Amino acid sequence: MIRRALARVFGGIDAPLMTIAGLLIGVGMLVLFSATYDQPARFFDQLRNFGIALLVMWVVAQVPPQTLMRLAVPVYLVGVALLVAVFLFGVRKKGATRWLNLGITTIQPSEIMKIAMPLMIAWYFHKHEVLVRARDYLVTGLLLILPVGLIAKQPDLGTAILVFAAGAYVMFFAGLSWKLILPAFIAGVVSVGCVIAFEERICQSGVVWPGFKEYQKHRVCTLLDPASDPLGKGFHTIQSVIAVGSGGATGKGWLKGTQAHLEFIPERHTDFIFAVYSEEFGLIGNFALIILYCALIARGFMIAANAPTFFARLLAGAITMIFFTYAFVNMGMVSGILPVVGVPLPLISYGGTALVTLFLGIGMLMSIQRHRKLVQT
Amino acid sequence: MQASQSATDSHVFSRRNKRRLFRTFEAPSLPGGRATELKNTEQEIRAFQLRLGAAGLLVIGCFALLFARFVYLQVASYDEYQSAAEENRISILPIAPNRGLILDRNGVVLARNYSAYTLEITPSKVSDLDQVIDELAQLVEIQPRDRRRFQKLLSESKTFDSLPIRTRLTDIEVARFAANRWRFKGVEIKARLFRQYPQGESAAHVIGYIGRISQKDQELLEERDLVANYKGSEHIGKIGIEQSYERELHGTTGSEQVEVDAGGRAVRTLSRTAPVSGNNLVLTIDIELQKIAEEALGNRKGAVVAIDPLTGELLAFASRPSFDPNLFVDGIDSANWDALNNSPDKPLLNRPLRGAYPPGSTYKPFMALAALNTGKRRPEQSISDPGYFMFGNHRFRDDKVGGHGTVDMVKSIVVSCDTYYYVLANDMGVDTIARQMAPFGFGALTGIDIEGELPGVLPSTWWKAKRFRRPEQQKWYAGETISIGIGQGYNAYTPLQLAHATAIIAADGLVKTPRLVRHVHDLRTDEKRPVELPVAKDALGQPRPQKLPFKPEHLAVIKEGLEGVPISGTSARAFAGAAYVSAGKTGTAQVFTIKQNEKYDAKRVAEHLRDHAWYMAYAPVDKPRIALAVLVENGGFGAQSAAPIARQVFDFHLTGKRPEKAGQAPFLGKSGAGAEGEDD
Repeated sequence: MIRRALARVFGGIDAPLMTIAGLLIGVGMLVLFSATYDQPARFFDQLRNFGIALLVMWVVAQVPPQTLMRLAVPVYLVGVALLVAVFLFGVRKKGATRWLNLGITTIQPSEIMKIAMPLMIAWYFHKHEVLVRARDYLVTGLLLILPVGLIAKQPDLGTAILVFAAGAYVMFFAGLSWKLILPAFIAGVVSVGCVIAFEERICQSGVVWPGFKEYQKHRVCTLLDPASDPLGKGFHTIQSVIAVGSGGATGKGWLKGTQAHLEFIPERHTDFIFAVYSEEFGLIGNFALIILYCALIARGFMIAANAPTFFARLLAGAITMIFFTYAFVNMGMVSGILPVVGVPLPLISYGGTALVTLFLGIGMLMSIQRHRKLVQT
Repeated sequence: MQASQSATDSHVFSRRNKRRLFRTFEAPSLPGGRATELKNTEQEIRAFQLRLGAAGLLVIGCFALLFARFVYLQVASYDEYQSAAEENRISILPIAPNRGLILDRNGVVLARNYSAYTLEITPSKVSDLDQVIDELAQLVEIQPRDRRRFQKLLSESKTFDSLPIRTRLTDIEVARFAANRWRFKGVEIKARLFRQYPQGESAAHVIGYIGRISQKDQELLEERDLVANYKGSEHIGKIGIEQSYERELHGTTGSEQVEVDAGGRAVRTLSRTAPVSGNNLVLTIDIELQKIAEEALGNRKGAVVAIDPLTGELLAFASRPSFDPNLFVDGIDSANWDALNNSPDKPLLNRPLRGAYPPGSTYKPFMALAALNTGKRRPEQSISDPGYFMFGNHRFRDDKVGGHGTVDMVKSIVVSCDTYYYVLANDMGVDTIARQMAPFGFGALTGIDIEGELPGVLPSTWWKAKRFRRPEQQKWYAGETISIGIGQGYNAYTPLQLAHATAIIAADGLVKTPRLVRHVHDLRTDEKRPVELPVAKDALGQPRPQKLPFKPEHLAVIKEGLEGVPISGTSARAFAGAAYVSAGKTGTAQVFTIKQNEKYDAKRVAEHLRDHAWYMAYAPVDKPRIALAVLVENGGFGAQSAAPIARQVFDFHLTGKRPEKAGQAPFLGKSGAGAEGEDD
């Protein structure tokens, strides 16, 4: 009786995925406790956020992938509509128009796109599964570019990159030709190399980068040379790199990070929480964290590989890669190899919205894993 | 494509299969490609798994890159970042020591410290200074003089210094600013120790004042390798005791190793070295006596220097007009500064120390002693004074028309006979006079323990040769010697020098360097350490002996003459009814030369050209406890202006009697007539 009830309740939960996520949450709460030593309320807020997020995950895990597929188009359309609304009547804060005032609360529609995008693209490819043509890549390309463009316009480069990545991963898993991927990849590497090589010239004030905002140019330039603006934009990077470096091989010990506790690390409980972690737990801790993320990704890939439908495969693969992207971009920016963009460290950074989005993804993975046999007839 | 046959394979990835699958998968994406119409799940899954593998490689590659970065930061560059983090967090803050107190000889406080709040601006952190000050003015009172003072500080300081716009904030003002603090970046309230001089103008020239450390002070500190000890200090002694005893008063700066956060706020103290307070100074000055002297000078310009002849301790060291040293502590505002600096009365001038005046007739007793010492005169040798001395065609006049009659040495002092000294000077010659006067300290630094002393001029042929550049100026003319004898001509001495020389006579030749600090009181050990003053050299560059070898019978003659002055001589009126027996000599120093056959008329001469009045004296005569020199600039006759001041100082010091204020005015009025008929 009880066993059956428990099985019903936890039936949708994938044990390996849940274990890995649980370990990450544990690490996250440990670091957050240290990072918010002066604001203990944050710690309990985050506990509550986890509660909500886990509930969302559980609910989504019960929903079969077919239902998710049916939701793809409406969610996407609502998301784009809201982005257009932001573009037209958005609320402006700190030089960016990202929010929409609904009267009761303000929402950030770009968050919705992080999930709506892979759903939509995966849905599209699933519909055209029989014969995927180049035309389909063009269509999905348009489906991708429109919201990404709107988000980049807000401007919110970090979210735009994440949304773009989410869609692009689906296209990649759907079989986008290497002939297109490789040149793009090489072009990217070359252009990054050029920026690094000619940093001094292109970072001079007065040089306008076509298509980039001044603050975006600043971010890239301060990444290349944080010392150029040690009290302004470079401060984040300089201090977080010092935090990571001074952690050494074994770290300074939990609650003993001086960089974090003396407020040298800005945003230390959100985007820069990895600096706190890295300072206190050192290289060993970093290694353990990377292993945990690898385990998460491996499990995600396993679920994707066993997924019953094209849609489920694409979705699972893309969601898994989103986790990777979050982790890599965040750790890369904290350790000073990527520009500072607003990307949280998945399952560890403080913040309810990102947490819900991420657990939504985990819930989808679980749903796909649970329903793998039901459809395989 | 032919690769489709191999798609029957299982999930095993062989190298061969991979390559084939790679090609297989391209097929559906190629436009117009010969893609199979059949739904081939197996093939599709395999293709997807290949993509997963590629994504996995990307993941592993990226994480490997990240891990390499971590190894670089946390292992290879660990030392660098470790020290960067330490530098970030640890800051060494200096703790300024409390400055030592300055007390008078009886323990009355002359300079002390008190704690108060100041409102300070760091100009480099503020974009629009004027606007910020305007906004601050709405919260705390900021007067135009505060602004002027701030502007003056601003021009003298570095912009990253924190400069006070207002000092001594009230509690209400502190609270009002604290509530609005967030609006003002770069503005802070600081609790600071302030120096206060409770005596105000009294003894200001002795005590001096402290002021903010200037660029010049900073250079001096660097020279003396004291920069570290002044890390937390903002003030330094500028003049007087505050300047000369800076080393004793300042103390040793302590330090605190603190952990600071990114905002620079101290979070906790890691270690602390307590500062050592400066030593207290007990002065030789009796502030009561000082005030008697200052009040006796009143609004007149002048100086009173009183010495204990047996110890060299300066009992009073008055300079009028004076100034309020409290104005200088936080930086003086330009209006006050201009008023002090441009006043024709020169209140900032330390007259006893830096004012050099011809000594007039107060020089005569020294001349007389020199005459006995060199054997040029015997005490009983007399001259017959016709009222003038002819030198060539030049008539050197005595003030008393018709002369003093028969004048011996004692009488020459009592009646201040000029003719006697014209002749004497002529007989001795200027260089002999210089050699005899040098041991008294005339024309040389006395070695007093505050800085800024001027040597004055002890005239001699070699002095003149050195002083002037043109040959005709360098030559000494015999006629110039004559007026040297009565303390005129090139003679120029400070009141301090005259008081010091008077003390030497009073103490029968004992030479004691004048001193202002009785002892340094080390509060930690309770040790009271007397100050060692170096032996000063005389005007001829000779070291001065501890005691001048005068013959007692010679001294007795001089003293007899000096004792006669307050009894029957020029200062008889001023000393009428004194409870002690004093000795003294009046003097009148010419500011400008009266033409031949013209009589000096004080009423006709502009005030600033009037003669300076002198009085030198000591008392009681049998066992002198005080020797002094009084100078009243443009005071006219010494008997009239200077001697009454000496009387008040003596009265207070020897009997404790304070002057009756009401009795002062009529006395001054009558004295002019009383002095008539006598030389000054």
